[in-house]
Amino acid sequence: MIKVEDVYFSYPNGVQALKGVSLEIQDGEFVAIMGQNGAGKTTLVKHINGLLKPARGRVLVDDVETAKMSVATLARKVGFVFQNPDHQLFSETVEEEISFGLRNFGFEEKTIKERVDWALNLLDLTEYRGVSPFMLSGGERKRVALASVLAWDPKIVILDEPTIGQDSQQKERLRQFITQLNRQEKTVIIVTHDIEFVAECKPRVVLMALGKIVAQGGAEKILTDPDLVSQASVVLPEIAQIFLKLADLGFPREVIDVYEAGRLLLERFGEAT
Amino acid sequence: MSMFDGFKFRSVSSPVHRMDPRAKFFYVCVLFAVAVMFNHLVPLLVLFVIQIPFVLVAGVQKEWLRSMKGSALFAILIFAMNVLSLYFYGGYESLAMILERSLAMTARFVVLIESFSIFFLTTSPDLLGLALEQSHVPYELCFAFTTAVRFVPVLAEEAQTIMDAQKARGLELEGGNFAKRIRNYIPILIPLIVNAIRRSLELAETMESRAWGANRRRTNLYVLRAGQKDYVLILLSILLLGGSIYISAFARIPSLIEILSV
Amino acid sequence: MDHPIQKRRLSLAIIEAKGLTYTYPIGAKPAFEDVTVKIEKGEFVLLTGPSGCGKTTLCRCFNGLIPHFYGGKLEGEVTVAGLKVAESPISELAQHVGMVFQNPENQLFALSVEKDVAFGLENLGVPREEIREKVDWALKMTGIDDLRSRPPYELSGGQQQRVAIASVLAMQPEVIVFDEPTSFLDPLGARQIFEVIRSLNRDLGITMILVEHRLDLTARYAHKVMVMEKGRIALDGEPRKVLSSEEARLIGVGIPKATRLYNYLKANGASLAEIPLSSEEAYQAIKELSGHD
Repeated sequence: MIKVEDVYFSYPNGVQALKGVSLEIQDGEFVAIMGQNGAGKTTLVKHINGLLKPARGRVLVDDVETAKMSVATLARKVGFVFQNPDHQLFSETVEEEISFGLRNFGFEEKTIKERVDWALNLLDLTEYRGVSPFMLSGGERKRVALASVLAWDPKIVILDEPTIGQDSQQKERLRQFITQLNRQEKTVIIVTHDIEFVAECKPRVVLMALGKIVAQGGAEKILTDPDLVSQASVVLPEIAQIFLKLADLGFPREVIDVYEAGRLLLERFGEAT
Repeated sequence: MSMFDGFKFRSVSSPVHRMDPRAKFFYVCVLFAVAVMFNHLVPLLVLFVIQIPFVLVAGVQKEWLRSMKGSALFAILIFAMNVLSLYFYGGYESLAMILERSLAMTARFVVLIESFSIFFLTTSPDLLGLALEQSHVPYELCFAFTTAVRFVPVLAEEAQTIMDAQKARGLELEGGNFAKRIRNYIPILIPLIVNAIRRSLELAETMESRAWGANRRRTNLYVLRAGQKDYVLILLSILLLGGSIYISAFARIPSLIEILSV
Repeated sequence: MDHPIQKRRLSLAIIEAKGLTYTYPIGAKPAFEDVTVKIEKGEFVLLTGPSGCGKTTLCRCFNGLIPHFYGGKLEGEVTVAGLKVAESPISELAQHVGMVFQNPENQLFALSVEKDVAFGLENLGVPREEIREKVDWALKMTGIDDLRSRPPYELSGGQQQRVAIASVLAMQPEVIVFDEPTSFLDPLGARQIFEVIRSLNRDLGITMILVEHRLDLTARYAHKVMVMEKGRIALDGEPRKVLSSEEARLIGVGIPKATRLYNYLKANGASLAEIPLSSEEAYQAIKELSGHD
């Protein structure tokens, strides 16, 4: 379990990025942290794997304060996939890249081999095992970065803006993948401003603005509230925009899913045309 | 490094900041030449003092002090080395003279640091780039210079991100013997270099797309025009140079000890 | 300031490609094959398709980066503003076709916004007073006049991208190509960029080619949608027809939610009067439907 208790944090240049943030994330949850650029989303998640330590307040992962642990120790439990895979890739082959983390954490050679095979298979990268990561396409490099983090099987997985530059099929694959991770009882936290992706995944949403949490709750509830959404300088998902207007025709407001929307409309208008 | 802090341009506007970099550079060169001309403490102290008004007018006292502080280590080193070499190999001068001569060498170093520091603290990189262009330095070099300066904060941030990303994969950057520490920096250096290459490729694409090389005679949005203050500075510098040549050739410069004992 | 582009919409192709095939120097197979397109002056064209379909490569043929910057083998013919791309240098083509790239950071070199916007004009050797005029105009048109003396690293991604657009606009090209310009921007920043693109197209008649995945915000402004798949043009036509087609769904492009809703309803026997591309259009169509209830 992750507990963030009234955390304050400022960067060396004086910017106050977190102004009293409190949050609890249970094991196996799927949470999306949303908000405008500069709201403090990435700053917040960097506290969970210990890259940043709070100036005031505490962050606890499984009841141990992150301030008392090194990043390397925390990373064993909290995998962090950065937005740009090119900030991580450096090895000569995909295989070596994936074993990097495993080596750092002191796994045995035999285990490393097993885990590398497993990770390659999990992300459809087996054919690229001996290929240089720099030769792969953008989407493939993203998968290599993800594989290299999942290889050591962290309990908690944080994905920073995983949908940037991805087409709809890649996003759908990612969505299914996250569902798979949840089924394996992993906690998945994504930092994103991709509203439509969140509308399709329907995680628990934490909305941030100006270093504070503005609201949190189910995606349907949060993403259909125009006041909350504008406070966080985000936009309503397209379906929610339609149903916001349809409220005066008696339709429910909290709809973000296309199929749900279609179902509701058919109920009302079914055989009208 | 705090010594380098004193060279970073600070975005403020003052009369000194607005002066033509070419005039300022001429002044710095003259100062350099004059500082080298004298071995005696008194003129070097004078050189040190006459620059202080620039610092105050430009409002860069804090940064300037930082560069002075940063160079203190080197200054002490130079002083010590001079004292030692003069004591053992310098001929039979009194201890006071040895100290004064060493102080003079130290003062020369400080004067040089001081003048370059003031120059870089009060000259914005784009003005500097413009000055280079108008001094007929090939445009490619000027462009490389300003572009490099523009990307320094970007690269610094990227280096930090890469370090964070690799730390998050269990990389330990502290501890271990020397060889191990060097090896641990490979996962930092490679992404940094690869990304720099990628970045320059994207920059090249953009440059081409903005008609780079369309006309051999490139024009400029800005033009640097030397003003009254700049000509005055150049004149003063020439006078300083002339005067110093005269004094060092014909006049006898008293030592500080002699002045103090009067 | 008058924009020299003709405002009347002649049925003149500003970009024409016939049987275009391109292979990268180290490519085993072509990045795209047998591409034939005709883009008319003043059109707003949306170019989309799954990753790797060749859209990014294709758009680089319009300003000469392919073949001149990338090398490789370009077969077939492509003409832009009357110039044969294969035979004209990039520096000439760049005056007719501007290009805005994905990463805002790597399109800005100078230490102030207005110097960046002036860059292209300086390269062209335009006299100083004229540069000043055009820079001021471009800054106004993109709404960033108040940012003119700011250094690039102080700007947000959306602001930086607007500077990039202004730098291109200042050269007054007939066509501007945008290669996934909002990839790195948040939704509000993206919206702003699409607004700028749309207003430049509408008010100045500049031909726009926008390569995008996010069709929710852009489909409503386009005159034409081209969908590429595996190096070929699979669909080319009117947005409503293309995006509501079964083929588009199978290829896997980011069909606007409003259009997907339309498809779902149609498949279940409820037809909306018009194919919507945006939430407003969907709402209007549904309201009409309820009027018949």
